Amino acid sequence: MVEPVLDVRGLTVALPSDGDRANAVEDISLTVAPGEIVCVVGESGSGKSVTASAVMGLLPAALKPVAGEALLEGENTLAANKTRLRALRGTRMAMIFQEPMTALNPVARVGEQIAEMLEIHTGMSASERRARAIEIMQMVHLPDPEKMIDAYPHQLSGGQRQRIMIAIALVLDPALLIADEPTTALDVTTQAQILTLIKEMQERRGTGVLFITHDFGVVAEIADRVVVMQHGKIVEQGTRDEVLMRPQAPYTQMLMASVPSMTPPARTPVVGARAIDVTGLSKQYGKTGLFGDGRVVLAADDVTLHVNKGETLGIVGESGSGKSTVARCIARLIAPTAGSISLHGTEIATLPEARLRPHRRKVQIVFQDPYRSLNPRRTIGLSLIEAPVNFGIPKDQALASARSLMELVGLSADALDRYPHQFSGGQRQRICIARALAVEPDVLIADEAVSALDVSVQAQVLELLDDIRARYNLAMLFITHDLRVAAQICDRLMVMQKGVVVEHGPTGQVFRDPANEYTKLLLEAAPGRDVTFGAGRAV
Amino acid sequence: MVSYLLRRILATIPVMLFVAVFIFLLLRLTPGDPATIIAGDFANETQVAEIREKLGLDEPMVTQFFVWIGNMVQGDFGESFFYKKQVSDLIASRIEPTLSLSLLTIVLTVTIAVPMGTLAAYKQGSWLDRGIMGFSVLGFSLPVFVIGYALIYLFSIKLGWLPVQGYQRISDGVGGWLLRLLLPSLALAVIFVAFIARMTRTSVLEVLGEDYIRTARAKGQTETRVLLRHALRNAAVPIVTVIGLAFAILIGGVVVTESVFTLPGLGLLTVEAVLARDFPTIQAVILLFSFIYVLINLMIDVSYTLLDPRIRY
Repeated sequence: MVEPVLDVRGLTVALPSDGDRANAVEDISLTVAPGEIVCVVGESGSGKSVTASAVMGLLPAALKPVAGEALLEGENTLAANKTRLRALRGTRMAMIFQEPMTALNPVARVGEQIAEMLEIHTGMSASERRARAIEIMQMVHLPDPEKMIDAYPHQLSGGQRQRIMIAIALVLDPALLIADEPTTALDVTTQAQILTLIKEMQERRGTGVLFITHDFGVVAEIADRVVVMQHGKIVEQGTRDEVLMRPQAPYTQMLMASVPSMTPPARTPVVGARAIDVTGLSKQYGKTGLFGDGRVVLAADDVTLHVNKGETLGIVGESGSGKSTVARCIARLIAPTAGSISLHGTEIATLPEARLRPHRRKVQIVFQDPYRSLNPRRTIGLSLIEAPVNFGIPKDQALASARSLMELVGLSADALDRYPHQFSGGQRQRICIARALAVEPDVLIADEAVSALDVSVQAQVLELLDDIRARYNLAMLFITHDLRVAAQICDRLMVMQKGVVVEHGPTGQVFRDPANEYTKLLLEAAPGRDVTFGAGRAV
Repeated sequence: MVSYLLRRILATIPVMLFVAVFIFLLLRLTPGDPATIIAGDFANETQVAEIREKLGLDEPMVTQFFVWIGNMVQGDFGESFFYKKQVSDLIASRIEPTLSLSLLTIVLTVTIAVPMGTLAAYKQGSWLDRGIMGFSVLGFSLPVFVIGYALIYLFSIKLGWLPVQGYQRISDGVGGWLLRLLLPSLALAVIFVAFIARMTRTSVLEVLGEDYIRTARAKGQTETRVLLRHALRNAAVPIVTVIGLAFAILIGGVVVTESVFTLPGLGLLTVEAVLARDFPTIQAVILLFSFIYVLINLMIDVSYTLLDPRIRY
């Protein structure tokens, strides 16, 4: 058997004494062989990033490894001193991160950032470094490296930035590459390309890859072996097919069952009264002419849609497709440039703010990030009754209905006196849903409402949203970039690209028989689309 | 960029015009007649009226204003009532101490404050950080004149290392110039060091939490270079902003310092001119100050584009 490039044995990292558990990770043992991709999966807080940072010696000062070793080609990085650790980083082990925009220094040229690696670890001259940087940029398939080498990160696209990060990590040919959620912040088509690139690089160079992710689709695409973590411990490890198809641990089985399927369930068309009717909606940002700076973006271009009562319309698309712009126009958080928006027959596209107010309560939004959409200094109760009280409902009555709403979304009514930080992400999203329902809306807009949630929580929140839609006969507009989620919850789907609706139809039909090229591209790029998770489960 | 600069420079004209109207009215609407002061305690009505006529103060205010603006456009800032000299010559002879003092103060401030703030951020929570922040609170709380007199007492009177007061022109020897400016600059610098060190600390702390700092460490970069190359450059925009503002405040604040250390600069000139109701001199000095403010603000904005490639005008 070949010697592994990484051999972690019994790694335990202690949390500070005020942490919610004694150890961030406990007794972690895993190996990565040369040329092997090992995926570490788990939900947030499972300790997967801590494991990676511990190997690199990049743990925050508050976290200390207290037991075990991390052998990098036989050398224990946990015991290495600072100088030795610096020498190992970049040369023998390298790391890429989740968010390529923030992981690159925004004020330094990308070429300099690649060359910096060579400057630290080799005696190359400036011109040699530049030549080598161009060479590695070519290898990661960046277009026109001679020109791009002098660009700044903000001038590149998300995918290009991640390619730069990969170039930095691989320029010295390390034995181990640690990738911490490297595609999570990317659009699905870009994600597919980056996964292919990581695979290609790893095959060509025989690099061992420790790949951290929460996305089982990605695992299905890329993993040789899978390590599943929960609460800082490894609950299961095995080959990709063993873990994905025949999971043994109950936790893994639960996770696999929670991954939404790419196959939409059969649905009967909803025939209700029209709740929203949008025709020819356009939104233009920027101004031309005398006082504008000439930069104009057409964020939404001639969008026409309708949603019936009791129906869920999904808008899917990548970042910049205009899906959120459309949602914001319908909620009249922004004013459309042209077109009509009719809410139960009332035209609201051009209503001035004062006359818009009564309509505001009819359209409510649940946003993506439950950590930032609740005021941290107000109790849940205050957040829940704010809107009803604004619309003239007596405080006592608003509080009473807040209590019953909390129970409706699966939380205790006693929690009204608590503050947002005392809840988990999933609970906060439930609170946001309760807040939206507090004013008895007709239309609920979910803007990436489950995208920030872990997969098991995501399944529960999706179920809650669907329940509420049915119970109140709500028209729901569901904005998402996640095709799996869209497949499960939407009656009809609209695919947007660069502000334009490119495809529109019943969910089942769009998935089975996409008419538009871009829709096909999106469906093909969805990671793990052919895998039915937990399909071969041993009972 | 060029068109932006042009627009910004054109935009200074209305600003300066507004300042001109304001200062002109302020002087004429406050009590105190320059003619009476020039004429002295024993002058009679006719003499005062003669002086008033000679100075052009008997004209209607609107005429006076347009004569003043008209002359300025031609480069004539008028003659001082009190010194009987061209105001432009007067300012030229007084500008060196003021600029010397302000520049030296800024140089002192930056060389002390930026490393101090960076170090405090890097060693956050340590005794060094607490010490620096403690000094910063102290620096804020002490008025310039208290620090000034305390420094004079210590270094000039007790230790006798530095001269008490006065100014030596730079052309008469850099050593003497520096020696005489050191105490006033130090006194002025204290509050700015406190302010800018704090600002630097906050700004660097924020940047140190960024992902690209982790990237730099993952590359195996040394801590010194992580700080200098990655952290400080990204933290620079807010720091440079306050340095620029500090410089602007300094130029305006020289009135007090120059009085304490009797430096013959623009600050002292302003005080003398105000006491003598020397309208042309006051007007010109105030206009000059506001022009410097506008200029510094423009320079701050332009410096952003050099510090951060994402900012383009």
